[in-house]
Amino acid sequence: MATTAEGFDVHHDDHAHDHADHKPGFFARWFMSTNHKDIGTLYLIFAIIAGIIGGAISGIMRLELAEPGIQYLHWWAAFMGGGDDLNTALHMWNVFITAHGLIMVFFMVMPAMIGGFGNWFVPLMIGAPDMAFPRMNNVSFWLTVAGFFSLMFSMFVPGGSGPGAGVGWTVYAPLSTTGSVGPAVDFAIFALHLSGAGSILGATNFITTIFNMRAPGMTLHKMPLFVWSMLVTAFLLLLALPVLAAAITMLLTDRNFGTTFFDPAGGGDPVLYQHLFWFFGHPEVYIMILPGFGMISQIVATFSRKPVFGYLAMAYAMVAIGVVGFIVWAHHMYTVGLDVNTKMYFTAATMLIAVPTGVKIFSWIATMWGGSLTFKSPMVWSLGFIFLFTVGGVTGVVLANGGIDDNLHDTYYVVAHFHYVLSMGAVFSMFAGFYYWFPKMSGRMHSELLSHLHFWTFFIGVNVIFFPQHFLGMQGMPRRYPDYPEAFQFWHEISTYGYYIMAGSMIFFFVNIAYALMAGRKAEANPWGEGATTLEWTLPSPPPFHQFETLPVITDSMDYHDHRPASA
Amino acid sequence: MASQPTTFDAETTRRNARVGMMAAAGALAMLGLGYAAVPLYQMFCQVTGFGGTTMKATEADAARAEAIATGKTISVRFDASTSAGMPWAFKPTKATQTVTIGQRDIATYTARNDGSQPITGAATFNVTPEQAGKYFNKIQCFCFTEQTLLPGQEITMPVLYYVDPAMLDDPNMAGVQQITLSYTFHRQREPQQLAALDSTN
Repeated sequence: MATTAEGFDVHHDDHAHDHADHKPGFFARWFMSTNHKDIGTLYLIFAIIAGIIGGAISGIMRLELAEPGIQYLHWWAAFMGGGDDLNTALHMWNVFITAHGLIMVFFMVMPAMIGGFGNWFVPLMIGAPDMAFPRMNNVSFWLTVAGFFSLMFSMFVPGGSGPGAGVGWTVYAPLSTTGSVGPAVDFAIFALHLSGAGSILGATNFITTIFNMRAPGMTLHKMPLFVWSMLVTAFLLLLALPVLAAAITMLLTDRNFGTTFFDPAGGGDPVLYQHLFWFFGHPEVYIMILPGFGMISQIVATFSRKPVFGYLAMAYAMVAIGVVGFIVWAHHMYTVGLDVNTKMYFTAATMLIAVPTGVKIFSWIATMWGGSLTFKSPMVWSLGFIFLFTVGGVTGVVLANGGIDDNLHDTYYVVAHFHYVLSMGAVFSMFAGFYYWFPKMSGRMHSELLSHLHFWTFFIGVNVIFFPQHFLGMQGMPRRYPDYPEAFQFWHEISTYGYYIMAGSMIFFFVNIAYALMAGRKAEANPWGEGATTLEWTLPSPPPFHQFETLPVITDSMDYHDHRPASA
Repeated sequence: MASQPTTFDAETTRRNARVGMMAAAGALAMLGLGYAAVPLYQMFCQVTGFGGTTMKATEADAARAEAIATGKTISVRFDASTSAGMPWAFKPTKATQTVTIGQRDIATYTARNDGSQPITGAATFNVTPEQAGKYFNKIQCFCFTEQTLLPGQEITMPVLYYVDPAMLDDPNMAGVQQITLSYTFHRQREPQQLAALDSTN
């Protein structure tokens, strides 16, 4: 072990056993890491950086949309090395929406939820010393980073009428094939290949870890719901991402090697791309939200000081959402010319998903019912999640109707819907998880005051951004346009004010982290009291570098809720 | 080595490898399924007429259809277009025909190369409304066959077709009074064009 301690350490092989908390040197620890907690930390830092970039890009877009006309895109086109004509400016818009979508989905939400919290807490919660394939875990992380660099690089090379890939996160053909000359789209596709490969390896790792590495007595039906959510997510990743890989590889060969998978001139069909993309894309939205469901279940139970209501129903609701999520994909493409029977099927199947989702919302509320509630920061974010995710779910049921979607397809109503479930659902659950586990990960307490201020300003900000977008959409404002008639100005302007509030609220978040790391009170093993009953709270904060040298045992008398050893 | 990964006992390692391989096999299978979607989707369209895919029929099918024809008529509109950068004048001889359902009919299209180069094209086609696809039967047509036209050369291409009387029993077809058959000529890639010219000369 190439560390400064090398000379002192006589028994290399027994190293880990002798000094559970002995860490390798900086470079080896962070760049060649095989430790699930360190890799989790890397993922979280990476997700925060990607989130800042993706969030800044949405700021550029909100600024441009604050009033009709093209205000800033010419400047950005020149800045990114393009021409100063209108076409390049409009291309820049496409590049921004593409980058914002891809960054937020593949390099912010997924790394934070799965790579960050999943890596940190799946092994801790099931009583495992590490992930099943620690070295592969490291490969997953660096593949994701390489993918991010490929995507960033794509913004500075030619991509059609200007620099960058301007194809939307969906990368639809023919815009992404014959419509975008230049290497930018190739680099964007390569970014998806890299991060996709990383995610598939990660999914394999999670599945193996959860199936094989559980502590003695930790049966599947005693696993914490967060672990259940990661298990379902890993299966979705494993089954959905390869289909995306196939679709974008076809794009790549259509672009560069003369195949015609999506080109009618050679007998191909551009709609086939949409089928393949959404066969991946719909499970992908559940990949982004299921880990959040898991976290919310842990947090609501903790701060209600009650076992979660309907544990088995909660676990199998996630399984059901995962399964049904694979057979509803065409509700994203109601306007490609599906016949009425197909639309009827996809409408009904889509609405069916509201049932297991409703079970979850109901069970969270029932968990709180009669509980001994404390409104600590993770809990307020969870309550925000439950409320806002339900709003997004309701508009989802509206959009599920093939007939109504004819009218609302590709409007701001859709934008409002998926930002309510992602930018509020997924993001609120991530902040909830962050505040819940930050003391465990860092060993320091954050400020409850700053977290509450962060919550309220963020809550107001995102609602001011996205609620008016329902109105814009119902009035016919199409998505993916930088300009609009003056009739739409009022709500666009309000929406941009919301962005300022939201951006300002992030100051509380960063100040809070800085405060906690520099001056925060030392966190106890369990800072949340008797409601926190899963295994991670039995370890010190932060946990030792190598944990569970003696595996914890889940005895027959323990249920799914309380995994603390009897003596504690 | 720098940071040694946590090691597990041999039994755990073996079981991990097995589950890991199964997961990898699952991922590979889905990758294969992604590619298999291409021919499967084509087959699916051809069988069901999905997305306005027309049906291929034999003379015998046509005779059977004619036997159960009831004398009801339907209008058929012929549409012709060319993809971008294709300097062909391509149009139907007659824009619409009223045909007896079940009765075999012939329509013709003409194509003239207005460019200064020999050009090879191939046509794609579909019908709208899309639910009419499975009732529109073509006995003979020029779809997907490559046509090379010299500069100024004009050809006439026939489509031999009939509309299946079974459409009269389909509630999805209840409001349909006209079926549009649409052809689009796409320019084939240059190397193929050259090879075609070599073989004809």
